[in-house]
This record gives sequence, structure tokens and C-alpha cells, in this order.
Amino acid sequence: MNARVTESGVSLLTRREVMVGAAGLTFSLVGCQRRMIAQPPAGDSAAARQITPWVGIAEDGTVSIVSPAVEMGQGSRTSLPLILAEELDADWDRVEIVPAPPIDAVYGNPEFDGQMYTAGSAAVSGYFDSLRRFGAQVRRVLLENVALHWSVPVGELSTEPHAVVHAATGRRIDYGAVAAFAEIPETAPEISEADLKDPSEFRLIGNDVMRVELPRKVDGTAQYSIDVRPPGMVYGAVLQTPVPGGTPDTIDASATMQLDGVLAVEALPHGVGVLAETPWAAFQGKAQLNVRWSNRDPAQSFNSERGMADFAAAARSRSPDGVTWENEGDVEAALDNAATVYEREFRSDFAYHAQMEPLNAVASVAPDGESCEIWVGTQSQTMAVNAAAQALGIAPDRVRLNEMLLGGGFGRRGATDQAFLVDAVRLSQSIRRPVKVIWTREDDLRAGRFHPLSASFIRAGLDAGGRVTAWHTRRASDLVEKEQDPMGFAEGDGQDVISMEGSEIQTYAIPNRLAEHAPRTSGMRTLPLRGIGFVHNKFATESLIDEIAVDAGRDPVEFRLGLLADQPRARKVIETAAGMSGWGTAPEGHGLGIAYIDYEDTQVASVVDVSVLRQTGVITVHNVWLAIDCGIAVQPDNVIAQQMGCAVYGLGLALTESVSMDGGVVEQSNFHDYLIPRMSDIPNIEVELVRTPNPPTGAAQMATPLMAPAISNALAALTGVRLRHMPMTGRRVREALQAV
Amino acid sequence: MPTAFRLNDRPVSVESPPQTPLLWVLREELGLTGTRFGCGAGLCGACMVHVDGNRTFSCQTPVSAAEGRSVTTIEGLSGDSGGALKEAWLAESVPQCGYCQPGQIMSAADLLSRNPDPTREEIVQHMNANLCRCGTYPRIVRAIQRAAGQRR
Repeated sequence: MNARVTESGVSLLTRREVMVGAAGLTFSLVGCQRRMIAQPPAGDSAAARQITPWVGIAEDGTVSIVSPAVEMGQGSRTSLPLILAEELDADWDRVEIVPAPPIDAVYGNPEFDGQMYTAGSAAVSGYFDSLRRFGAQVRRVLLENVALHWSVPVGELSTEPHAVVHAATGRRIDYGAVAAFAEIPETAPEISEADLKDPSEFRLIGNDVMRVELPRKVDGTAQYSIDVRPPGMVYGAVLQTPVPGGTPDTIDASATMQLDGVLAVEALPHGVGVLAETPWAAFQGKAQLNVRWSNRDPAQSFNSERGMADFAAAARSRSPDGVTWENEGDVEAALDNAATVYEREFRSDFAYHAQMEPLNAVASVAPDGESCEIWVGTQSQTMAVNAAAQALGIAPDRVRLNEMLLGGGFGRRGATDQAFLVDAVRLSQSIRRPVKVIWTREDDLRAGRFHPLSASFIRAGLDAGGRVTAWHTRRASDLVEKEQDPMGFAEGDGQDVISMEGSEIQTYAIPNRLAEHAPRTSGMRTLPLRGIGFVHNKFATESLIDEIAVDAGRDPVEFRLGLLADQPRARKVIETAAGMSGWGTAPEGHGLGIAYIDYEDTQVASVVDVSVLRQTGVITVHNVWLAIDCGIAVQPDNVIAQQMGCAVYGLGLALTESVSMDGGVVEQSNFHDYLIPRMSDIPNIEVELVRTPNPPTGAAQMATPLMAPAISNALAALTGVRLRHMPMTGRRVREALQAV
Repeated sequence: MPTAFRLNDRPVSVESPPQTPLLWVLREELGLTGTRFGCGAGLCGACMVHVDGNRTFSCQTPVSAAEGRSVTTIEGLSGDSGGALKEAWLAESVPQCGYCQPGQIMSAADLLSRNPDPTREEIVQHMNANLCRCGTYPRIVRAIQRAAGQRR
């Protein structure tokens, strides 16, 4: 193939040029018609045949499929290509997976307005329909080519894995052999719903395959950006501004520059970079810097305890400044007419992503500054390329991206500014060598961008018959999306999805509902975190629903089922989780609690079994029973693994994880004072996948927000005391128990 | 002053300053990147290696302390329990992001080398030194039990 490969690794050949070329066989079936995957991964580019920007077929039969999502442990690198392979009727053992080049127009996720952005547990749900269609289109092209080749009606042909078959004559031809002569039609074949497989015919979807990158993750050869070592590379450490928004005013680097191995010190917009021959010298050099910071940002006067009080007052306020998120019926009238009104305040502290691979990136800027190569684990390939290009003042196609595995994401690597990458780009530009910037754990925590501090005030109204008629949520928190994507947020309607999602009541039959956001500006930096707004909002809703049920003398499971009379999928997951738990009979000294969530159509419910040590207030979770219905599960075992991960993550958020600030400075620094779950904290976790033929919805974070309300409800069942502040630390629980 | 030690059964000599943590020498000077940086404080276990057969936080070990000793990393982990653990890790589909898993496997190998048939409690107590943010703990337990021949 005589494709020209640009800096960004993207072939810019037009179809006509390719048709004239040796391959004679390349066209695109979607979007940007002139672009194709860059380097056919079959290992033999001369023989590869690219049929769409998503698929290449080599003459040896290797099928290359592009994966548009990054891999951060959620399994998308396997499950997305597998969806396409299903409709193509490919032999999975002969599929190779290629990371997509950074082209939103071709590879963007429809669920994110066409951005390449791996987040929101939206990879399978966002790409499912289009990947099936692409696979079916390629299969059709292969069939039509064989029909011409054999002079038989296409209707007499069928496929079996990786081959076209003519049953009448018993002839069979491998996909690789077809690629050797195939011609591409001028227009992509139309594919209707009837052309797709019936789910009962699925061979790959719904059957577990080993995730493609697992062997390398077990033998230590998997490559994250922190593992990359291009020739001539040096190391960068960055002393971050201690208070968000600060800039270095005066820099005393005299002690730093005397250290062996230190090469240079460089002022950055919000930090000071130290360049050195080794990471250790860079870290030592950073520790020796003496920097005075100037800061006019509001963060410098922020204290998280006072901030929480301010946020709580804003949540209780009746001022009309709220941004409406959900408004159904007439909540004020319903509250006025209610026989009983509950008013409850819920609080959540800042929380930290704590992905195990500290932020880092490698950049190599060309000496003329006109192009660059980057190695980065990012949640958005296009954000990374755009941020690097912007820092250098060059076009994005002058940035060559090496998409690396992510040592955890959880939202931390998805900010549009990609600041951790841009520092590497700037430092490489200044020293004219490749630079690997590594944040220490302390950097990663202190310069964290957190799950937002939040206070919500809920007013729930019941009529004389005990029916819940009104539900008003007012949540005060920072505008997370404004931090994650400032430009996108400015173009939007002011709604902060990341804070507010989950505050709506989608499935419970409550006729009058209002959810509104009272945006605050703490000055601290925030980002989406696994479970986003649901973590706080469902802590509030599912705790209060439970309280209302118990006060009415109703069983919390049965009460919820009563609110879900016309929601069979919701009922099923609740009944399943309750059944797994043996609901109703807690062991002596234990309490059971339930929570249920409809999370973007994924139905999840969990029952937890807890006990508490009254002297310390420490809650122990003994068992978690969890049921999920996410529609078609492309990789069922991985869905189960993700639920276990959600439960563990949710336990930490529920019980121990809290970031505090004073003067805008984060007070925690490492895993001794920011406590994430260890193995001894882990309960027995049982997961049941409720299989339904519904379209696939998300799985990788939906169960995270179940843990806090389920634990709070279990504690109430055990002690009668309700905790309304996350995390439910030993101190908070002890104080609450002593107060009664 | 170079430091000489055995690394994965081969002699090596490195020039790093003696106080440099073994972690960075392994990763950046010797190119064995399966040993990972997670916290730099002996709190997460991502950097776990074996020194003379004992699990050791390489981020807390100055390279000078390796002088004359035998260091094993995930890349060199072999023998019966090493192979069985890696197979078990795949059979149970343990890794998610995967970043912490070499350290987990090094800790597990240390456990099985002195206790080939551990109870669940012994596994949990031993593995508490290693953090996994993806929450693969339940599968780590199963993989260790499988490698110990307690599960099929």
C-alpha cells in the first residue's frame, strides 16, 4: 500500500488515489471519506486491504478492527471490536485490534456528541449500533464480491466464521482470499435491521473471551505511558501550585541546580518544572525548590469545613437562583397540600480518584517546535492531541499520538486541558529532548481534581394515605463540567450533568418532582468521578426513601416495589438482590440495607449486611449482594468483574474517603491519610447478572453509588440512627450513635 | 561507585547514586517496567519485588541495599508458583487496569513460597500490603487459591 502517513499517523489518501494504487480496495463507509486507519496492524501492510476506517482485511485473513475507546480496565478494547466482529462473522482468533487515530469525525462516540471520550460507561452503549452496522456492511461487500467471482446469486451465499460459503456447490472461501480480489462499491451497502443477526445467532456477543491485553498485564510487559523510554529522554517533575490558580512569582532554584543530575528548572503557568537525568534527581530537585506563589483565586480562602456549611445554607435557601434539572408537576403545590413533609440535608465530602498510576506523560517536541509526538494514557485521544497542539501553537495533525493503556481513569484523565500532558510538552519544548513528566502520589493527590463537595436539601411530601406526592432536591456544589470542559460548558445551557444526574427521580412513581442546582464556586478543582452525580444524589434519595418506608412501618424492599409497579426491570433487580440476601433475616448484631438505582437505563440494586463497633463507630460490611440488568451484556464475566469493582470503589467513598482543604491547600498527601479499601475491608461480594434482551447500557460505574445508601440504610436498620454525611467515618458514626 | 547484584538470575552492575530507590533503577536504568510506581511510600505495593526471596517494597529500598543480593522482578518470576500464579491470574481474569497486578503477583508468590496452602484469612492478611483501586480483590483471592491448588 502506498499510503502516505502523516505525523498524526493518519493516511490522507483520497479514495480515487487508493483505487489507482496497488491495493485498489479502500473506501470508507462513514463520515470523513478521505481518511483511513494509518498503519494496518496485520504486520504486513502491503497485503492489507482496508474496507472501512474501522476494518482492514489482509490476504492472510487477518482482520484488523479499530477500537475507538481507550482501555483503562473497563474492557472496551475487547468488547467494541468484538461487536463489529460479530456482524462481520469474523473468527475472533484472527482479529487484531488497532487503536483509533484521533479523528472525532470518524471515531467519536455518538453518546458524547461525536467526541472521542472514554467515560460515562458509554463505550458499548454509544457504539453498539454503528459497530454492528459496519460489520454487516463489510460482510455484505465480501458476499457481493464472491457472488461476482463465482457467478452465483448473492442470495445463495452465506457466511460461516471467516469464510463465505456456497451451500449448493459446497464451495467455501476464506475472507483473506476474498480480500485478494475484492472490489469496493461506490457507495456503502444499505443495512437494515433485518440484515443484522438475531441476538439468538450471536456467537461472540454474550460469550466471554479473554480480554486482549490481559496476558501482558500479568507478565509485566503491558505498557502504560510511565513505561515509555524514547531515546534521549530526560525526566520532569513539576512542583504544582499548592492552591488552585496560583502562579510562580519568585523561584529560588539555587539548591536544586546544585544537585547531581538536575539539568534545568523551568517556570510553567501553574507550576515549576525540574528537568533531570533521572526521576529520582527530578523529585529531589523539586523538593529543594523555594517558590513564592501569587494567587488571586477564590480558592486561597477556602476551608472545606466552612465551605460545607456555606454549601448547606445554599442548599436550604429558597432563593430563585437554582438551575432546574428536572421539573414535573407542581412540587410546591404538592408540598403545600402534603400531610407530612420530610426535610433532610445530605452532605458529601470531596473525594479523590486515586487511580493507581500517578498522572504522567511523555512528549517529544521537534527541535523546530512544529511537530511533536506524545505518549499518554488519556480518556480522550482528541483532547490530548488538541491540548498538545494548542500548547505549541501548531495544528492537531502535527501531533503524533501513541495511545497507551491507562493505569486507572475513573474520570481523572478526561479533562479537556490534559494539564499533566501539557507540562510534558512544554518541558520537552524547552529542553529540546523527549521528556517524561511523572507526578508523585503526593502531587497527584494535592493537585487532584475531586469529586465535588456537596450539600443537598430534600423536601419530600406525603399525602394522608402515605403516598409520596412531592420530591424537591436542591443541591449545592461546584460546576464540575465547567472544570472538565470549560468551552463546552460555556456553549451549553448551564446544566451541570456531572453534579445533577441522578437527582431526577426516573422510575419511582412520584408525581411532583423538582431537582435544581445551586452552583457554588469553591475555587477548588473538580472532575467527574466514577458514578458522578449519582454518588451523592442517590445517597440522598435512597436514604430518604428508606427512612420514609421504615417510618410508615413498611418493609423497604416492598415499599420500593410499590413505587415501581410499572417498572418490571427495576422490580426484577430489587427482587433478585433481596432474594440473594435472604432479605428479612439479618444475623444477630447485623443490619441489612437496600438501595436501587436506575442509571441511564441500567438497573442495579444491592443489599448489604453490616455491623458496627459502637466504641469506634467503625462499620464493617460483611456481605454485598448485587443485581444488574444492563441489557445485552457483550462480555458477561467482565460485567460481573466491573460490579465487584464498583462495590469496592463505592465502599471507599461510603466509609473512608475524604479530602479536606484549608486555605485552598489539600490536607491529605498519600494512602496513609487518604484511605482507599484494602483487601481486609472487602466483604463477600456476590453479583447476579439479570439477562434481558434490551439494548446494552453502561456497566462500569453504575453500581458504585449503591453502596453508601445501602450501608446507611443497613446501619439504620441495626441502630435506628441515620447517617447523612459521606463518608460515614468511624468518628461520624460514633458521634451519631452517642447523640441518641 | 557501582552497585552489583543479581537481577532475575543474571549479574548486573549499575551506576545510580546509592540512595536511589531500587524501583527507579529497575525501571529507568534497567528497563524492567513491570515493577510499578504507585505511592513512593511503601503504602501500595505496586513496586513489590523479591530480594533474596523476600518480598520488598522497591520504592523504599536504596539500590545500595541490593549490593550482593538477588533481586527478582515480575519479569523474572518463574518456578512452580510463579508460573502457576500467572496462569491462575489469567484463568480468573483478575486484571482490570492491570497497573498494580505485577506487585500483587509478587506478593502472592512470596506468600505461597512460605505457605503453599494458605487459608483465606492468611491470604487477606498477607495481601493487605497491596492496593488495587479497580477492586479486583475478590478475584485475587480466587487466583491465589487456584494457584495453591484449592480451586479448579
